[in-house]
Amino acid sequence: MKSSLIKSAVIFLGLFFLYFPILVLIFYSFNENKRVMVWKGFSLRWYNELFNNEQIIEAFIISIKIAALSATFATILGVMIGYSLVRIRKIPFKSFYIFLSSTPLVLPELILGLSMLLFFISLNNVIGFPSSRGQLTIFISHVTFCIAFVAIIIQARLTDFNKNIEEAAMDLGYNYTKVLYKITLPIILPSIIAGWLLAFTISLDDLVVASFTTGPGANTLPIVVFSKVRLGLSPEVNALSAILMFALIIIGLFYFYFNKKFKH
Amino acid sequence: MKNKLFEKYFVFSPYFWLVLFFFIPLAIIFKISISVSEWGMPPYQDIFLFDNGFKINTTFENYVYIFSDYYYIGSFVNSLILALISTFFCLLIGFPLAFYIATSNIRLRNILLVLVVIPFWSSFLLRVYAWKIILQNNGILNVILLNLGITSEPLQLLYNQYAVIMGIVYTYLPLMILPLYGYLNKFDLNLIEASKDLGLNRIKTFFKVILPLSVPGIVAGSLLVFIPVVGEFIIPEMLGGSDRLYYGKILWEEFFVNRNWPGASALAFSGIIILVLPIVIFQILYSRWSQKNEI
Repeated sequence: MKSSLIKSAVIFLGLFFLYFPILVLIFYSFNENKRVMVWKGFSLRWYNELFNNEQIIEAFIISIKIAALSATFATILGVMIGYSLVRIRKIPFKSFYIFLSSTPLVLPELILGLSMLLFFISLNNVIGFPSSRGQLTIFISHVTFCIAFVAIIIQARLTDFNKNIEEAAMDLGYNYTKVLYKITLPIILPSIIAGWLLAFTISLDDLVVASFTTGPGANTLPIVVFSKVRLGLSPEVNALSAILMFALIIIGLFYFYFNKKFKH
Repeated sequence: MKNKLFEKYFVFSPYFWLVLFFFIPLAIIFKISISVSEWGMPPYQDIFLFDNGFKINTTFENYVYIFSDYYYIGSFVNSLILALISTFFCLLIGFPLAFYIATSNIRLRNILLVLVVIPFWSSFLLRVYAWKIILQNNGILNVILLNLGITSEPLQLLYNQYAVIMGIVYTYLPLMILPLYGYLNKFDLNLIEASKDLGLNRIKTFFKVILPLSVPGIVAGSLLVFIPVVGEFIIPEMLGGSDRLYYGKILWEEFFVNRNWPGASALAFSGIIILVLPIVIFQILYSRWSQKNEI
C-alpha cells in the first residue's frame, strides 16, 4: 500500500517536471501583452503576428526543406550501415567502420560543427568548392550526424528479426537482391520510417552545427529563434513554440507507432 | 558474384560519406591545431612548406597556450564539473522514475515510456527557452515562492550556474531514463521478492540486488548525458550568467570572436581527447546493449 503510493507519487512528479515547462510556454503564448510575463488577457494576437512574420516563415521553409532532404539521405546511408553491420561479414577495418558510424552520436555538436566548417573552408581552398556556405553545407553536415541515429535503429531491428525467414526465401529460389527487396526491407520498413522521422526531427532542431555551417540565405528556424531569445523573451516565439511543440510531439507519436510495430 | 558487388555497394557508400565528411574534418581540426597561427585569411600557416626545399611547419604552441592559461583550463574544469553534477541529478531523478516505470504492468509501462520520451521530441531550444520564462524575476516560480511566503522579494533565479544545471537536467533527463529502463525492463521482479523472502530489508535489497544489476544501464545513461553536456553551448548561453565560463562558450568565442582558428582547433581536439575514453566505453557498452535490446 505504502510502496504503491510512493510509486504513483514518483511517476506523477516526474511527469509533472517533464510537462510543466511545456505547458507554461503554451499558456503564455495566448497572452495579449507584448511584455511576455505580464498577463493581460487571452488572445491569438501573437499567432497572427507569427504568420505574418516573413523572416520566421522563410526560415521555417528552409528548415523543413533541409530536414526532409537530409533525413532521406541519412536514412538511405543509415540503412546501409545497419544492414552491413548485422548481415555482411567482411567489412574492411570493421572497428573503424563502427567508430565512424557511432561517434557522431555522442560527440559534442560544437566540435562537429567546427570540424565541418573548417573542412568546407579547406575544401574550398583546394578545389574551389563550396565557394560559399549555405543550405548545401548544412544539408551535408546534417546527413553526417543523422546517419548514426538511423543506423542504430536499423541495426537493432535487424539483430532482432529472424534470419531464417531470409534463408527460407533463399532456399525457395530468391536471389540475394530479391530477398533484400521482397523480404528484408518490407519487414524493417516501420523501423526505416521511424529512423527517417528521428533524423528529420534532429535536423529540424539543430542549432549548433547549422550555426557553424550556415551562410548567406540559409538562416534555419533554430538560428532565427535563437537570435530572438538569446537575450530576452519574444511573444512571437511563444506562439511558434506552442505550434512547433505540438507538431513535433505528433511526429514523436508516429515514431513510437512505427518503432513499436515490429516488436510483436 | 553479384552478391559481392551488392555487398560492396552497401558497405562502401556510407563508408565513403563518413570518411569524407566526418573523419577528414576531424583530421583537419588536428592539422589546424598544430599549425602556426598568423594574421591573415586563413589565419594559420600551411604545415608543409615547399619554398626552400620541403619543410614541415608544425607547432604545439597552441596546446601549450591553452594548457598554460587558467582561462581555458578553468573553463574545461567548469564544464566537467557541470557535466558531473548534471549527470548526478539526472540519475537521481531518472533512476526511480525508470525503476517504477519498468515495474508497472505492461500496458501502463508502454504509455508511461512514451509520455517520458515525448518531451524529448519537442524542440530542444524551446524547452530551454521555457525555463527562461519560468525562472524570470516575475516568472511563475517566483510568484509561487512569494505567495507561499518563502521569500519576500523575487529571487534572481536566472543567469547563474543553478539555472544552467536546471536546464540541463530537464533537457537531458530522457537520455538517462531510456537506457536505464532498457536494463531494468529485463530485470526479473522475482529477484526482489526472493531477496525479501531471504530476509533483506528494502534498503539492503536496493543496494545488494537492484543497484548491482542496473550498473550497465547507469553507465550507459550517465555517458549519454555526460559527454554531450561537456560541450553544451546553448543552455549556458540562454540560462547562464557571467559567473562561470564553460568549454563550449570559450571554444565558440575563440573561433568567432578572437578568430584564432588554431587555438579553437586545439581546444576542440583537446576536447575530443578528453572525451575519447568515455566515448570508447560508451561504444563497447552500447554495441553490447543494442545487441541484446531493441531501443
